[in-house]
Amino acid sequence: MAGAVTSHLSHEAAKRPKHITESPIVKWVLISIALLFLALVVLLPLISVFIEAFKQGMSVYWASITDPDAVSALKLTLMTALIAVPLNTIFGIAAAWAITKFSFRGKNLLITLIDLPFSISPVISGLIFVLLFGAQGWFGPWLDDHNIQILFALPGIVLATTFVTFPFVARELIPLMQAQGVHEEEAAASLGAKGWQIFWRVTLPNIKWGLLYGIILCNARAMGEFGAVSVVSGHIRGETNTLPLHVEILYNEYQFSASFAVASLLVFLAVITLIVKSIVEWRTSIVQAGKEGEQADAH
Amino acid sequence: MHIELKGVSKTYGSFKAVDNVSFAIERGKLIGLLGPSGGGKSTLLRILAGLETPDSGEIRINGKRVNDVAPQERGIGFVFQNYALFKHMSVYDNIAFGLTIRKASKAEIKSRVDELLELTGLRGFEKRYPHQLSGGQRQRVAFARALAPRPDLLLLDEPFAAIDAKVRKELRTWLKQLIATIGITSIFVTHDQDEAVEVADEMLIVQQGKLEQQGTPVEVYTQPKSAFVASFVGHSTIIDDPAGLHGFDQAAIPAGAKGIIRPDFVEAGRADEISLPSAAAKGTVKRVFFRGTHLELELTVRANRLIANRSLDQPPLQPGDEVSVLIHRIYVLAEQSAVMVENPLKLDPLPVHI
Repeated sequence: MAGAVTSHLSHEAAKRPKHITESPIVKWVLISIALLFLALVVLLPLISVFIEAFKQGMSVYWASITDPDAVSALKLTLMTALIAVPLNTIFGIAAAWAITKFSFRGKNLLITLIDLPFSISPVISGLIFVLLFGAQGWFGPWLDDHNIQILFALPGIVLATTFVTFPFVARELIPLMQAQGVHEEEAAASLGAKGWQIFWRVTLPNIKWGLLYGIILCNARAMGEFGAVSVVSGHIRGETNTLPLHVEILYNEYQFSASFAVASLLVFLAVITLIVKSIVEWRTSIVQAGKEGEQADAH
Repeated sequence: MHIELKGVSKTYGSFKAVDNVSFAIERGKLIGLLGPSGGGKSTLLRILAGLETPDSGEIRINGKRVNDVAPQERGIGFVFQNYALFKHMSVYDNIAFGLTIRKASKAEIKSRVDELLELTGLRGFEKRYPHQLSGGQRQRVAFARALAPRPDLLLLDEPFAAIDAKVRKELRTWLKQLIATIGITSIFVTHDQDEAVEVADEMLIVQQGKLEQQGTPVEVYTQPKSAFVASFVGHSTIIDDPAGLHGFDQAAIPAGAKGIIRPDFVEAGRADEISLPSAAAKGTVKRVFFRGTHLELELTVRANRLIANRSLDQPPLQPGDEVSVLIHRIYVLAEQSAVMVENPLKLDPLPVHI
């Protein structure tokens, strides 16, 4: 799954009979290693963000996050996500729909292309847009003549973010829709439903949790993207700085407390995303359990 | 004629799923589409429903060509093999779907759904979701859902395949009665000949995309038109040299033709148990199988291996016992047909050998 671990924990898997499980010592050693590693690599840095952020007191923290540049970076980040995520949602559904419901030439090429943003470095992704829209780029002179600003402005940031995050929704939906097949859609068609009716009444309800999960992942990456955005943004303070870029600038200027305070904002956004993700996963696992029960009955 | 197919073919790549099939079905008939798995039955059904487009040929419903009519407009109810119920909808909403799409009024939908809940015995389950139902109940929901918009033709793809043996028998009887009550023309696909024989008014036997025979179960059973039908319908054993069987040396059997014998054509037992001892040959019991309602005997008569049934009331036979074997009749397979040949010794019960 695209950049995320989906946990469908079932109690069945945890209840292993004695003959295929390990001794308690092995079990606890493994659990300790996992937890220790997690604490060292994830938890410690996360805590340090907050410690650093509040090191110089609440007032400095508050000042850092209410600083006009920080507020404008937050607004720009949210704005970018607000445009990129719906775009990728529509694209993701359309791509997943096309790939799973039709057979056409170039299908494998499309699947490969969807994975492209994952397989290349985000910096390259940013550079692509510089090559296209930069002053020396393909469309640069034309854009210049018509006074359209793409690079070092919102459109460039949105484009780069959209490019980097476009696999999330499609990647989430393709396996799901493939597993579901077309039986329910065919049933709906034989009962008189047409294209849109089938989509709204049958397809969408079946994929809604997977779709939401894809949107959440896409959103998380859209708000956190650094590399590609860094190349196209131009780092103009208060104008083309997103939150991740703002964190870097502050850090480079040795304003550590301010930098960590702004970083903590991103952490909060991430935590909210994770909470929503957990709720969605919990819901999906209920649906999954229901379906498994259905299959068990059928046989 | 209600449904007519003329020269319908469908190929997937180089695989001929349906090969020049033509048939006609009268209104109100319950048709069993029988054949081995992968023989093109489901494809044929899906072509009728409009879910697949034939490469060539013509489909007529009520005399009107429907090749280019979308599945939505064909007025066909389809019951899918895995039911394809809408997982996220209750039983009520599943059944109401076709009417909701047609923008029927709330009251109209309610009365029709109520009627179908009653008819299918699903009252009390309308608020349940598909995963909360048993296989048999799901099958009935799928059936009610397909019937709700009052289709003209009902198609059922292996409707009983996923249901355990006991419930399957009950459902078969239930379905047959129900379809008779409604009087809707229905076609169901099955690979189980018992099911087809028991439920269908008429059978269509399909093999490798070709229609082998159309007829009532009795016709198909007693007058198979092809070698395939003779061997597929009923329990049968193939005999390489039918003329070598006792008595059949006097029958006009073309050289090289193979024969088919069904267990009910063979009478086996001790000499005094056989109805016509003079027409019987000597054989040996190889194996005995208990089949619940009867015993199945595997016999060797000269070089041939035959299967015969024996009532549980008769004294049991053991492997190795010498028995008399009377073969009443056989099917002789010619090029593309099967001819029934009676044992000549039976026609002349007291042959005089001088």
